[in-house]
Amino acid sequence: MTAPSLEIVNLSVAFGSDRARVQAVDNAGFRVAPGESFGIIGESGSGKSTILRAISGLNDEYDGSVLIDGRAAPRPRNKAFFKNVQMVFQDPYSSLHPRRMIRATLMEPLEIHRFDRRDERIAQALSDVGLAPEFAYRYPHQLSGGQRQRVAVARALLLEPRIMLLDEPTSALDVSVQAGVLNLLNTLRLSRGLTYVMVSHDLRVIAHMCSRIAVMTQGRIVEELSADDLRSQNAEQDYTRELITASRVALAAE
Amino acid sequence: MSEPLLEVKNLRVAYPSAHGYSDALRGISFALGREKLGIVGESGSGKSTAGRAVMRLLPPKARVTADAMQLSGVDLLNASERKMRDIRGGRIAMVLQDPRYALNPLKTVESQIVESCRIHTRASRSEARDRALAMLEDVRIRDPQRVARLYPHELSGGMGQRVMIAMMLIPSPELVIADEPTSALDVTVRGQILDILNERVEAQGAGLIFISHDLPLVGDFCDRVLVMYGGQVMEELAAHELARATHPYTRALNASLPPLDRRVEELIVPEHDPEWLSERRA
Repeated sequence: MTAPSLEIVNLSVAFGSDRARVQAVDNAGFRVAPGESFGIIGESGSGKSTILRAISGLNDEYDGSVLIDGRAAPRPRNKAFFKNVQMVFQDPYSSLHPRRMIRATLMEPLEIHRFDRRDERIAQALSDVGLAPEFAYRYPHQLSGGQRQRVAVARALLLEPRIMLLDEPTSALDVSVQAGVLNLLNTLRLSRGLTYVMVSHDLRVIAHMCSRIAVMTQGRIVEELSADDLRSQNAEQDYTRELITASRVALAAE
Repeated sequence: MSEPLLEVKNLRVAYPSAHGYSDALRGISFALGREKLGIVGESGSGKSTAGRAVMRLLPPKARVTADAMQLSGVDLLNASERKMRDIRGGRIAMVLQDPRYALNPLKTVESQIVESCRIHTRASRSEARDRALAMLEDVRIRDPQRVARLYPHELSGGMGQRVMIAMMLIPSPELVIADEPTSALDVTVRGQILDILNERVEAQGAGLIFISHDLPLVGDFCDRVLVMYGGQVMEELAAHELARATHPYTRALNASLPPLDRRVEELIVPEHDPEWLSERRA
């Protein structure tokens, strides 16, 4: 395997102390090659989003290591880290500031990172995600869910990161809108050689988007398999098989 | 078909807006027997509005008209508010999406189920309590005595949804409207909840309206399906024919799902034909 773009080693995250202690992530590890799309699937509470939050540094109280290009990510995360790694959140209704124009939302990362040609970059980022430049002068409530998620993707892309962390990027969207956003994410990854780590509870989405997939339950990664294995239901662990069967909407009744 | 349980003809709902009234439902008609009818569509298609209109739960500013809206002989459109209070929860029950918001956070499971039972039947307190415990067992809660004393925040999502089903079905309603009852649940729990819902509805001989955005799920679970878009019914078909639907909208929705059995390079993004929005004559 080529040198991984992102690697996590023995990652553990716990919340609370003593009796109220919850081991949200327990000794998780995986490596993602440059340009690869890696998926994490599991039920709510399995710890999949917690891993993304640990990688992005939103929660840097973790044990183990997060390596970007073989080097440990600094704690707290610095500007150089975010230049490289960006995140897209699940709910586009709460991840955009409701009282700021889209232009102001997109301007902020450019100002923080002292980029030049800001207006030009904003127009480019909007067109990259399939939105007209006029959208810069709208407020989030004037956009549909799919358009908002496109803005969130545009914001993440502005800094030209190499790694994108995607936390259920389409689960708040209708299937018809989801198709457009997933196509967009795939095109961007291929054209820019981006590396994705994508979290979802939706087997269909994960199988479509990712080449390798980690299955999580109760904080542990129980199995890592390829998208083809997932499609052909070629799983080793009982839990994975259960998850696949459930997702195929096989109703036990009748 | 024998006398339908629910009959809706040309139901229209409009809300006042800056430019006169804007339509949320534009003349939908359907009849329901003792069967499972699915209503699918994207957000904004009017599927939840249809469910709420039947229960007369829409806000007062909504303008609701219909040629007919009858529940086995009762005119739901013109029933008095007093009468509706009996019908809601008593003859028509509604199972909502998320038990975390739909259950009263300050009351125990038992007191909520007992309340629902006593409002709509003449059961005494102790009788209602016995029935509540029996009902919890019917929705496959293993230790009803213990769960009955819990508060909603102490329940998992699947457990909460069972409690809601128990609470809604205890007065033996004729019609159950389930509005996205499994969307807030994990996939592995989803199947169990649908099983339970199916079992209870069949045991009580009730009709079910199952509102969902999930096409494969509805195709599997229901008998008949209405596909809605822009406040109108695009197509009505038997659920097992959903995969072979003929209407371009239904086909587009089916095609936009990432397939599980094969790899595709690109997903098909549905194009919405403006023609679908033009009003059809029933």
